[in-house]
Amino acid sequence: MPDDAVFWVLAVPAVASGAMVFRLDSMARATYALLLSLLCVGGLVIRLGLDYLGVVVILMMTIEMALMAVFMVMFMMNPAGLMPMSMLHNKRGAAAICAGVFALLAAGILLAPWPRRRGRPDDDPTMALGESLMGPHMLTMMTLGLALFTTIVATVVLATGRGRYDRFGDDLRARRPADPVRPGARR
Amino acid sequence: MADTAPVWAVVLLPFALAAAAAVVAGFDAVLAAAAERGRSGRPLRAAPAPLHAGLRMLGQQPRRTAAGDPWLGRLGIALVPVAAVLAGAVLPWGFRAVTDPVVGVVWFNAMEVLAWAAVWLAGWGPNSALSLIGGYRFLAQGMAYELPHMFALTTAALGAESLRVGEVVAAQRGLWFAVWMPAAFAVYLLSALAMAFWGPFDHPLGRDAAGGAAAEYAGVDRLVLLAGRWLLLVVTAGFSVPLFLGGGYGPWLPAWAWTLLKTAAVLGLLVAGRRLLPALRMERYMEFAWAVLVPLTLVQALVVAVVVLGR
Amino acid sequence: MTLEPVLLVAAALFCVGLFGALSQQSVVMLMMGLELMLGGVILAAAAVWRFVAPAATDGQVLVVLAVTVMAVEMAVGFAVVTALFRTREVDMTDDAAELKG
Repeated sequence: MPDDAVFWVLAVPAVASGAMVFRLDSMARATYALLLSLLCVGGLVIRLGLDYLGVVVILMMTIEMALMAVFMVMFMMNPAGLMPMSMLHNKRGAAAICAGVFALLAAGILLAPWPRRRGRPDDDPTMALGESLMGPHMLTMMTLGLALFTTIVATVVLATGRGRYDRFGDDLRARRPADPVRPGARR
Repeated sequence: MADTAPVWAVVLLPFALAAAAAVVAGFDAVLAAAAERGRSGRPLRAAPAPLHAGLRMLGQQPRRTAAGDPWLGRLGIALVPVAAVLAGAVLPWGFRAVTDPVVGVVWFNAMEVLAWAAVWLAGWGPNSALSLIGGYRFLAQGMAYELPHMFALTTAALGAESLRVGEVVAAQRGLWFAVWMPAAFAVYLLSALAMAFWGPFDHPLGRDAAGGAAAEYAGVDRLVLLAGRWLLLVVTAGFSVPLFLGGGYGPWLPAWAWTLLKTAAVLGLLVAGRRLLPALRMERYMEFAWAVLVPLTLVQALVVAVVVLGR
Repeated sequence: MTLEPVLLVAAALFCVGLFGALSQQSVVMLMMGLELMLGGVILAAAAVWRFVAPAATDGQVLVVLAVTVMAVEMAVGFAVVTALFRTREVDMTDDAAELKG
C-alpha cells in the first residue's frame, strides 16, 4: 500500500524529530528539528486531503521557526550547544505524566466506537472551508481576527522598551522622534 | 487550461532553470562591464564571466571554521537552490507546468519562504559573527517584504478566483492582471528582488558585512549559495509572468515563445533596474513596507475584490 | 490510512510536546513544546475531518483555529519573555513566579 508507506514515512520523522527537539544541545538544531516535525505534520495534512491547510501549515511553520531560532539564540545561555547541559526540571514527573496521558489517549483512540464515515468530502475542500468561514463560521473568523489584532497590539506594547515619552519627550512636543535608527519612510 | 507536463520535465526543470540563471548572470556581468569600461571596452566579452567564476569555485577548497555547525550550514546552502526548483515546479512554460496543484500560488509562497530558513542556516553554520549578521538581516528583510508580497499574490488569485496557477493564467486571456492591478504587480517585482536577496536587497550578503551570510563560504559551498540566489531570482521573476503578465497569451507567437519573451523582459528590467537603485537597508525598507506598501496592496486587493464581486 | 494510526501519531506528538512543556526550564523551550502539542491537535483535527465527518467543514475550521493559536501563542510568548528579560533579566519559568499566590 503506497498510501500507508507515505503515511509512515511522514509520521515517523514527525514524532522522532519532535522528540529530538528536547534532546539536542544546539538550539539552532532543536528549532529546525521542530520545523522538520511540523513540516511532516503539514505533509500529513496534505495527504489527508486538505491541500490548502497543509501548505499553509508548511508556510506558517517555516516562518515561525525561522523567527523562533532568533529568540532561541537570544535567550538561551548556550545556544550553540558547545557545552552540553541539562535545562530540565522534574524530568521524572513530566515523563510519568506524559506516559500516562499517552496511555489514556491511546486507550481512548483504540477503544472508542468511532462513528462511521458520514458524507463525502467536497470536490474542493478549500472552497468549502472559505464558504463556511464566510458563512456559518463567520463568528469564528471574526473572533480570530480580533484575537490576532489584539495580539499585535499587546505584543508590541509588551516587547517595546521605548514608549512615546521616550520618543517624543516628556510633554510629547518633540518634532521628530528620538529613535536610535533613522526611520525610512518619514525622514 | 494548463496541463501537466510529461515526466521528463521533472528532470529537465533544474537544468533549464540553471541555464536561465547562467544567462541572467551573464547579462548582469555584461552590464557591469559596460558600466565600468564603457562601450569601447567590449562589455560583451564579460558574458561568460559568471561561468568562469563558477568553474573556479568548483576547484577551490571549502573553508572550515572552528566550532562551526557544518551540517546546518550545508543544509541552508543546499536549501536555496532546492527551494527555487520546488517553487519553479508550478511555473508554467507556455500553458504547461511540471505540476499544477490546486493551491499552486500558496505552494509557491511556501517554497520561497524556505529561503528565510536557508539564509539564516547558512549564516549560522560557520560560527562567524559577520555571517550570522547576514542571516539575521535576511530575516528582518523577510518580515518587511513578506506581507506586501502575500497581499500581491492574494490579489492575483482573487482576480482569477482560484489558487491554481493554470486558472490564474486562464483568467488573463483578455486583459493582463498587470494592467488593472498595477500596484500589486509593482509590489510583486520589488519583493521578487527582496526574496532573492539580490540587487538593492542584497544587504544580507552585503559588502559592509564582508559578504554577510556568504562571508565564510568558499568553493562548492559558495557556488551553490550564489547560484541558488540567481535561481531564486529567475524563478520569482518568472512567476510574475503567469501571475500578472498573461502567461503564454499573446498574438502570433506560440505560447512558449511568449513565456520566454515575457520572462526575459521582466528579468531584463530587474537586472538593468538594479543599477539605478542603491542598496536598501532593511530597517528603512521595513518602515516603507509597513507604512506604504501594506496599505497600498490592501486597497488594491479591495478594488479587485469589488470588481470581482460586480462581475 | 485509517483513523486510528493517524490519531495515535497525533497523540504521540501531543505527549512529546507535553513532556517538553512540563520539563523545560526555559520559557522559549517550553513554547517549542506547546507548538508540538498544537501540531498534534492539527493532525488530529485533519484526521477526524477526513475519516469521520468530511462533509462538514468543522474539522477544517478547527485546523485554522489551531494554526492561529500557534501564531498567537508564539507572538505573545516571545513578547512576555522579552518584557520579563528586559525588567528582570530572567528567562526561566521558575524565576518568573511572582503571580504565584
